[in-house]
Amino acid sequence: MGVTEHISKQFEADLDTTRTRVLQMGGLVEAQILAAIQAFHTGDPALIAQVIENDTRVNGYEVAIDGACNHIVVKRQPAASDLRLIMAISKIVTDLERIGDEAAKIARMARQIHEQNGLHAQRFPAIRHASEIAVKMLRQSLDSFARLDVASAAEVLKEDSAIDDEFRSVLRQLITYMMEDPRTISASLETVWVAKAVERIGDHAKNIAEQVIYIVKGTDVRHTSFADIERELSRE
Amino acid sequence: MESSTARAASRPAIHTAMRGERAAEVAAPSDLKPKLKINGLNFYYGGFQAIKNVTMDIPERKVTAFIGPSGCGKSTLLRTFNRMYSLYPDQRAEGEILMDGENLVTTRQDVSLIRAKIGMVFQKPTPFPMSIYDNIAFGVRLFEGLSKREMDERVEWALERAAIWSEVKDKLSQSGQSLSGGQQQRLCIARCIAIKPEVLLLDEPCSALDPISTAKVEELIHELKTDYTVVIVTHNMQQAARVSDYTAYMYLGELIEYDITDRIFIKPKKAATEDYITGRFG
Repeated sequence: MGVTEHISKQFEADLDTTRTRVLQMGGLVEAQILAAIQAFHTGDPALIAQVIENDTRVNGYEVAIDGACNHIVVKRQPAASDLRLIMAISKIVTDLERIGDEAAKIARMARQIHEQNGLHAQRFPAIRHASEIAVKMLRQSLDSFARLDVASAAEVLKEDSAIDDEFRSVLRQLITYMMEDPRTISASLETVWVAKAVERIGDHAKNIAEQVIYIVKGTDVRHTSFADIERELSRE
Repeated sequence: MESSTARAASRPAIHTAMRGERAAEVAAPSDLKPKLKINGLNFYYGGFQAIKNVTMDIPERKVTAFIGPSGCGKSTLLRTFNRMYSLYPDQRAEGEILMDGENLVTTRQDVSLIRAKIGMVFQKPTPFPMSIYDNIAFGVRLFEGLSKREMDERVEWALERAAIWSEVKDKLSQSGQSLSGGQQQRLCIARCIAIKPEVLLLDEPCSALDPISTAKVEELIHELKTDYTVVIVTHNMQQAARVSDYTAYMYLGELIEYDITDRIFIKPKKAATEDYITGRFG
C-alpha cells in the first residue's frame, strides 16, 4: 500500500499473494451468487448441485487465507497499514465465506421451490432486482479493495438501503400472495429465505467496504451512520 | 460462574480498546504535564549536527519511546537529557531542555546532581566491579548520609523495585559481575532508581538480553512509570509498541512524528513514519 516496497521481498510477496487470493475468493463467491440466482429462476438441477458443491471451495479459501494471515502476523508482526490490511483481510474472508453460504442456501431453496411449484419463483422480479444490486455491491466492494479506493467503498455503503427496500417490497408481495392462495404458503416461505439471503449478501458487501475504508483511512466506520462516515471521509 | 462474571466485567474494556481511533481516550502528549520540555534543541558533534531543532514535551510518569534507524540521533537526544555529552569537549547542545523551569543545557548546576535526578541505563549492563550491595549503595552514599539500617532498607527497596531482590537477596556480597546479563541489567536499573531519580533514561536496555530477561525488564518499565518518567530508546519496534505510552520517530536528526504509541503503530500520520515501521525504509 505504501509507495515504496518493503525491504523484505518475501514479505512483499506474501502480502501480494494473500491480497490476490482474497480477490480470487471474491471472484468465486460472485460467480456463486450469480449461479444461485440463476438457479432460483430456472430451477436447473445441475446448476443447483454445482453451487452447493462449490461452497466447499469457498470454505477452503477462507481457511487458507486466514492461515496465511496468521503466518504473516507470526513472521512479520505487521504494523500500520500492513497491520490494518491483514486484520481487514481476516474479516473480509469471513464475510466472503458467509456470502458463499447464502449462495448455497439460495440454491437449496431453489431446489425445494422448484420441486413444489416451478412457476412460483418467476413471479418475483423484485428478487432478481435485489440480487442485481447485491452482486453490484459485492463487485464494487471487491474492486475498491483491489484499488484501495475509499470513494468507491463509500458508494457501496450508500447502496445497502436500496436492497433493504427491495427486501421489504418482496415481503409485501409474498404476504399478499399467501393471503390470496394459502397453497403457496410453503413455497412463499422459502422465497422469503431467498430474499433474506440476498439482503444478507448486501450486508456482507457493506462490511467488506467498511474494511476497505479501515485499511486506507485507519478509521473504524462500523456501526456508524452514513452521514457520519461521509463527514469522517471528507476530513483531511 | 466466577470466570464468566469476570469475562463479562472485562468486556466493555476490551470493546473500548478495540474501537481504536474513536475510543482512543488516551491524552495526546501535548495535553499532559511535561516532565521535560524541549525547545528548539540542536546538537553538534564538532561540525556535524546530529539533532536538528527538536521541540517536544516528555510527559511526566509516562513511558516515551524513541525509534528510528541507526544514526538518527535518538541516543544522542537521550544523552543530552542528562548532559552525558559534557564529558567531550567538542560536543555541544543549543536550545532548551527544561525540567522544573531550569534549562539543563545552560544550567550551572553540577552535572552529577542532574544525573541524580535523571538516571541512565545503557545498552550493555555496566555493573561496578564490587558487590551487589555496594553497586546499589555506592551512588546513594554520594548524595545521602544514611545509617547502616537505612542503607540496608534502601538497597532492598531498590532491588525489590527492579524485580531482582528475590534472585540476589542471599548473595548480596557477591560481585555484581557474577550475575547473568539480564540480572546485571536489572541491577543497573536498581542502582539507578536507588538514588530516587525523577527521570529514567534507558538506552537500548534489552538489546543484549534474552527474551525472558527482556520480558522482565519490560514488566519493570511498566511498573516504574507509576513513580518515574521513563524515556527509552529502542531498535525493537515491537518493544516500543509494548512498553511505551508515547512514541517519537526520528530520522536524520529530526523529530518526524511524535504521538500516542497506538496511533503511531496503527495509523501514523506521516508517510515517512509509516515506511519505517512497516519496513519499507531505504
